[in-house]
Amino acid sequence: MTPRFDKLGVVIAAIVAYAAFFASFATFRANRIVPGEARSILEALPAAVGPLLLAIVVVAAMIALLKTPLVLRLVASVVALAALAILIGVAGTFLTPAGNTFARISPASGFWLLIFAFTLLLADVLTRLNLSPLARVGVLVVAALAIGLLLVSGQWDSLSILKEYANRADSFWAEGSKHITLALGSLAAAVIVGLPLGILCHRVERLRAGVLNVLNIVQTIPSIALFGLLIAPLGWVATHVPGAAALGIRGIGTAPAFVALFLYSLLPVVANTVVGLAGVPRAANDAARGMGMTDRQRLFGVEFPLAFPVILTGIRIVLVQNIGLATIAALIGGGGFGVFVFQGVGQTAMDLVLLGAVPTVALAFAAAIILDAVIEMTATKRRVETA
Amino acid sequence: MIEIEGITKRYDATTVVDDVSMVIEPRTVCVIVGTSGSGKTTLLRMINRLVEPTAGVIKLDGNDNRSLPGYELRRSIGYAIQGHGLFPHRTVAQNIATVPVLLGWDKDRIKSRVEELMTLYQLDPEAYGPRYPHELSGGQQQRVGVARALAAEPNVLLMDEPFGALDPIIRTKAQEDLLAIQKRFGTTIILVTHDMEEAVHMGDKIAVMDSGKLVQYAKPEEILARPASAFVETLVGASEKPFRLLSLGRVRDAVEKGTAEGEAIPGDASQRDALAELLWSGRPALPVKDEDGKPLGRVTVDGLVKRAARPA
Repeated sequence: MTPRFDKLGVVIAAIVAYAAFFASFATFRANRIVPGEARSILEALPAAVGPLLLAIVVVAAMIALLKTPLVLRLVASVVALAALAILIGVAGTFLTPAGNTFARISPASGFWLLIFAFTLLLADVLTRLNLSPLARVGVLVVAALAIGLLLVSGQWDSLSILKEYANRADSFWAEGSKHITLALGSLAAAVIVGLPLGILCHRVERLRAGVLNVLNIVQTIPSIALFGLLIAPLGWVATHVPGAAALGIRGIGTAPAFVALFLYSLLPVVANTVVGLAGVPRAANDAARGMGMTDRQRLFGVEFPLAFPVILTGIRIVLVQNIGLATIAALIGGGGFGVFVFQGVGQTAMDLVLLGAVPTVALAFAAAIILDAVIEMTATKRRVETA
Repeated sequence: MIEIEGITKRYDATTVVDDVSMVIEPRTVCVIVGTSGSGKTTLLRMINRLVEPTAGVIKLDGNDNRSLPGYELRRSIGYAIQGHGLFPHRTVAQNIATVPVLLGWDKDRIKSRVEELMTLYQLDPEAYGPRYPHELSGGQQQRVGVARALAAEPNVLLMDEPFGALDPIIRTKAQEDLLAIQKRFGTTIILVTHDMEEAVHMGDKIAVMDSGKLVQYAKPEEILARPASAFVETLVGASEKPFRLLSLGRVRDAVEKGTAEGEAIPGDASQRDALAELLWSGRPALPVKDEDGKPLGRVTVDGLVKRAARPA
């Protein structure tokens, strides 16, 4: 019998083969800014552990390569990911010379490629399992708990990114909460303004093209340019409007960042509201009017519920976009995870850049999964078959 | 009674409905026929003020229809449209309950009314009530649309091409159901269609519209016998006239004394069906029986042919 190959498995196996045997697993640096030296899996881990990890990834890659049952693939990907996550910490401890606090150990390209390959396998398995929205959120929570547990256990403390964190623990959480406040606050403001504006655009046809064009133009302004444009008017407001400065409105800082994120958020919210309302079946609208609903009853009873999944899609776009964009706020003193990114760039300390970038990506990823699940639930609620 | 007096609707320079006056008797079916763009739908929508007229008055049982706010007026008038317009996010039961809920009926009254209507329309309330419209067939959706229009027991029901999206077999059934329910509740129905066959079949009176004008308003027999203009003549279809005339009458009204051989035809069948059966089977006469199978007599080809002639 000739073995049958899984299409995606071929790609995964190729990546694993390269990453495990040719790329470096970890990077050793004498201090945080000198160039690093590459270490392979066998060099980076204690004598017995290195071959064990190699065996695990090779077996997992074989399972991915061949047409195997879904459960087996699920186990292979989870075991491989868990082994990688735990052993990168072991490598950190193993490679750090005893008593040396300057040396930095960070995951290298081989590690990231292996993580990527097995995440791909896991994502493929989860897609094929066709999980319900709630189950997907459940998987997300389990993954977050597992990562949280590894962080709290101190398993990764020997890695460079956590050494950077140890030096900045207080400001990390402060900037983190500022980041989330910026992203969620500007989203909330955009929804509060954008929904009524979208409804207005839907009702008043003459307004529609104008408003959407203006918002389109705003969307095309590069973020740094927009911050620049906002400095003058906000500075003017701060000096001339009583109480504005006390509220924290200034030409630079949080205020322009908030306003810029708000402006970027408006287009997706307004546009999706308009598209969602326009997608409401004409006959349903006509029937609603013909049966004696007032405009308000029609809006809240018929148009809005039918447009809701589309509007929610707009909100999802905005949330993910804002979590990413809020990084730029650090440029004008707005705070957020961007602070570490720009400090790191300034000091050529990649670990510090990662300290800002990794939580941002994780947040955006989690937000996308949760909102996708919510969208699917609101859209399918009305399609449930009666059992 | 619905009195339409000198109703006109203009959009800028275009006159869509031009000085239409007519009276619709209570508990009858009035069918408005016309080609597309004849203004028939606009005329219908002015009755419940989905469209406000430029000039003229419409009175419902003597009251000007502008004496109430538009939405309150519309709650008292049934409204069913082509493609049914059911709310996709609400269940069948919720859809039917729309107007009673707007009127603030109490829960028990709504529930029993919904169940009554669903049973009337041969939809099991237990099985179909909790379903969503997309889970129903086209014919079922149409029935729910009409049930919803009748939910608050309106005296008047407006229908805009309600059978337009149905296939011919389901359409005939839906028309029969509607006539039966109209008789049962005594609702005044105003129905818009472009199909003269449907108009002749359904209407106690037919209003023919052309370019915004009411060109003829009369009983079906009258329209068939004496079309008021060349336009009405075309709409009726010259070669169809005798058959449409026959389709208006029941077999029991054409019964002659005597007996005949072969399969009997029910007294409630249309005379047109009887003639078709006679021609097809090559017989000169058919026996007629009533619902209980009691023989009533017979119909003959000669008798029916005389009835198909232009009335004096």
